[in-house]
Amino acid sequence: MYNEITANKRRSIILITIFIAIVVLLGYTYDRLWGMGGYGGVVIAIILSLIMTSISYFQGDKIALWTNNAKPITKEENRYVYNLVENLCITAGLPVPKIYIIEDTAINAFATGRKPELATIALTRGAIEKLTNEELEGVIAHELSHIKNYDIRFMMLVAVLVGVIAIMSDMMWRVRFFGGRRSNKDEGGGQLGAILLIIGIIFAILSPIIAELIKFAISRRREYLADASGALLTRYPDGLANALEKIAQDNQPMQHAAAATAHLYIANPFKSGGIKSWFSTHPPIADRIQKLRAMGR
Amino acid sequence: MWVIGTFNGLIRSKNQVDEATSDIDVQLKRRYDLIPNLMETVKGYMTHEKDTLVKLTEARVAAMQVHDNKGATLAEREQAENALSNTLKSLFAVSENYPDLKASQNFLQLQDELSDTENKIQAARRFYNGNVRDFNTKIQVFPTNMIAGMLKFTKYEFFQAAEAERQNVQVKF
Repeated sequence: MYNEITANKRRSIILITIFIAIVVLLGYTYDRLWGMGGYGGVVIAIILSLIMTSISYFQGDKIALWTNNAKPITKEENRYVYNLVENLCITAGLPVPKIYIIEDTAINAFATGRKPELATIALTRGAIEKLTNEELEGVIAHELSHIKNYDIRFMMLVAVLVGVIAIMSDMMWRVRFFGGRRSNKDEGGGQLGAILLIIGIIFAILSPIIAELIKFAISRRREYLADASGALLTRYPDGLANALEKIAQDNQPMQHAAAATAHLYIANPFKSGGIKSWFSTHPPIADRIQKLRAMGR
Repeated sequence: MWVIGTFNGLIRSKNQVDEATSDIDVQLKRRYDLIPNLMETVKGYMTHEKDTLVKLTEARVAAMQVHDNKGATLAEREQAENALSNTLKSLFAVSENYPDLKASQNFLQLQDELSDTENKIQAARRFYNGNVRDFNTKIQVFPTNMIAGMLKFTKYEFFQAAEAERQNVQVKF
């Protein structure tokens, strides 16, 4: 259990480092090819990306709640659910988040919130009715772990970086077509300059795709981490494993799910099957179940 | 620079453990306060169970004594509280024989609350154990242990039953 947690954290850091390296490399290539003063391009890209991402993330959870007709619950009306969440929060040392119920028969849940004080979790009616105590606890523990590990903030950072790369490649592309200014000192490049140019162009074309792939890889890694952290909270990995099995068998897509918020859910809200692996926000369910059961041994 | 960082980290860890201790206290107090209400409610119905009620009162008093005793060890506290849990369990088991009692809203509510409090005590203990684990690890690894030694930080103990009970509960019939 603990090994899983440290391994996942380490891999997240490695992925982020690769990301930043790509950004720096792009900035360098940009500078070498078009000679636009220093890292000005990178700074503009960062600012633009921040603005775009902030808007989508600040509204993302509200949209997810709204499109699903989620209703907030009170302690009196839903004693059972509220107590489950509250007790897990005591174990985790988290403040109790706002709890919502989504009237959908599919079994799913999501968590949002940049920090624990502003967090929200939502559970579907299907989850509450079809899962047993321990299974529902496992699901809630997974969601609370996302909040505790600041995963939402983490994914925001990743999205910003993806945006930076996309914008920068875009800029490089446009500048190329409209003829970029090349300072004289670069003319002496000759062959090296040509090679760099080709590498740069390939890079510029591929990097947005590579960035998206890395983003999905990170998302999957954080899902594993939430699984492991959740198991640590409940000390009962089989709870979540059983819940995931039920979700896999159910295989019901959610009625109102948007691609933009898909990563927030515990299981892919869209019908699974087909080309999932590289572009999937969630790891394959069979794999997650296997890892969880291994923890119990 | 490193020394300051490490020192502060250790202080923070220790305070988290202390906070967790008082969190447990909150739940324990809640239980102490609920029990007199419970006894009032059942007294009228369970006229043949004087024994059980007396045991409950004694267990509660004993637990509160240990609780207020500053010198009591963690093991002693755990023992006293678990004894109280067990007498409560006996009481609820016996209440099965009194359908009138079980129909009482008051009783059901109290039963709910007490059962929830038991869960909360367990949750608080697990949180405490988590913080203790982090703190104990910090003061033992090198090189932090040097500073910890200077501050005379000692290991905290774990709640044992908190870990074991979780396993027992999972038995399904």
